[in-house]
Amino acid sequence: MIKNISNLGDAALYCDFGIEVNKETNAKVIKYFKNIKEKKIKGITNITPSYNKLIISFDLSLTKFKELKKIIENLELKEILNNKGKIIKIPICCDKKFALDINNLEKKLNISEEKIYEKFFSKDYYCYMTGFIAGHPFLGDTDISLRAKRLETPRVRIPKGSVGITEQFCNIYSFESPGGWNIIGNTPLNIFDNTNELKPNLINPGDTVSFEQISIDEYKKYYE
Amino acid sequence: MNESYFEVIRPGINTTFQDLGRKNLYHIGVPFSGAMDNRNYTLANAIVGNKINAPAIEFAFQGPLLKLRGETIIFNITGNITFNILKKNKTIEGNCYQSYILEDGDELDIASTNNSVYGYLAIGGSFDIEAQWDSFSTNIKAKIGPNDGKKIEKDQMIKIISANSKTSTRKLDYLNTKIENIRVIKGTNFNYFSAESKKNFFDKEFSVTKLSDRMGMRLEGIKLKNDVDTNIKSEGIIKGVIQVPSDGNPIIMLSDHGTIGGYPKIGVVISADYDKLVQLPPGSKIKFKEIDLASAELLFKLYQMETMNLVSKIK
Repeated sequence: MIKNISNLGDAALYCDFGIEVNKETNAKVIKYFKNIKEKKIKGITNITPSYNKLIISFDLSLTKFKELKKIIENLELKEILNNKGKIIKIPICCDKKFALDINNLEKKLNISEEKIYEKFFSKDYYCYMTGFIAGHPFLGDTDISLRAKRLETPRVRIPKGSVGITEQFCNIYSFESPGGWNIIGNTPLNIFDNTNELKPNLINPGDTVSFEQISIDEYKKYYE
Repeated sequence: MNESYFEVIRPGINTTFQDLGRKNLYHIGVPFSGAMDNRNYTLANAIVGNKINAPAIEFAFQGPLLKLRGETIIFNITGNITFNILKKNKTIEGNCYQSYILEDGDELDIASTNNSVYGYLAIGGSFDIEAQWDSFSTNIKAKIGPNDGKKIEKDQMIKIISANSKTSTRKLDYLNTKIENIRVIKGTNFNYFSAESKKNFFDKEFSVTKLSDRMGMRLEGIKLKNDVDTNIKSEGIIKGVIQVPSDGNPIIMLSDHGTIGGYPKIGVVISADYDKLVQLPPGSKIKFKEIDLASAELLFKLYQMETMNLVSKIK
């Protein structure tokens, strides 16, 4: 199922699952990720699944590219129990003070604010991967009418909880961070809990996210 | 029971607890972190007789000024560092790679790193800090690790437990050398770049800019032109990856890097050269040299043997 394995530097395997970005390809990536994780293969220090790639980094004092490549190529894949993700409800407030880019998006996409939110809230989103910053989910796919490019100049600070869209994806900034996505709202939920070592992430790859629009008053209640 | 602590009179610029890093969390977005310069971190612990992965204090450019309260401890500092030990009636100029005794009321003034960026302070014994995800590395961006995920701050107390001052003072003769070229393996998007830029990448010099920290090192020089696409579908990255965003200036991912990136990768710095790379301060010139995988693996073996050899020479 992996189309090609090459080396990324001297201490990582770059597993390519093809150019397409869709749920099917991503499900294969996640299946490999979970199988490799379970096997606890000597020397592996990190496994990073993304839309259509899997990066396996390793400790060069314990194994080598060729050795590990062989192991991955001959890996017996098991069906993963609990492979069905959870469905997670995420409240978002789209008040003007949170929706930093909504007016720009109206221009970029040439549709009204009402239409943007109607399209955005009308579907559920699949979590392809988490990362970039801790807990940050990459979700998809957005309606075809909502696909805009990133900001030309990324923001230095995006507030924690901001929900952004770009291309076919949306995301949630788990804490304040730089970033270039078009921000349309903010969730009061804590997406990454650094005090919970077992389950730090609210959303994990394979999960489905269902966004729910809330008012500013409802938003404030989360902090009471 | 030993009751000692450091009083932080001056915290320094970027002073954090670090160890060998945090594994198996890239998939949730938590970077590896850990000491930037692994060899100097390792030597710091070895000289005071600590376990290889004991937490040490890493500082950058200007280090902390610490006052010891309580029982005597031993410590040493590694890197290329100017520091002084201020005793009641005298000042001792410190040498790196040599352990010293610090007594109640003594101050340790780590003034600066010289032509380098990072240095390490290890004490015999351990700091009273808690591990998170099996690591004592602090990641200030995600607020993960000891000291509530924060830098060491002015006026805080750093408690020391089980201080071990009985070991005799020890020393290693070692001088950090500068590196001529940073060796890289071609990246997975090397062919995105124009023929001229591919050549320039290895022929021209780049300089390290001030916009460099534990997350990444931004370089400036001749712009690298991308003929295919200045974005790729976001995917995992590792430390040492050299990404080139649309402005054509390379960025090298360092220990606290974001775990996912969407810029083309022109190259990856080899593991053997990482310690030397991170020590290049802003303004330094970098020249990249292409190398194949087999040579990189061999160079890493040599790097490791050299580190072990240094550890065995500590007297």
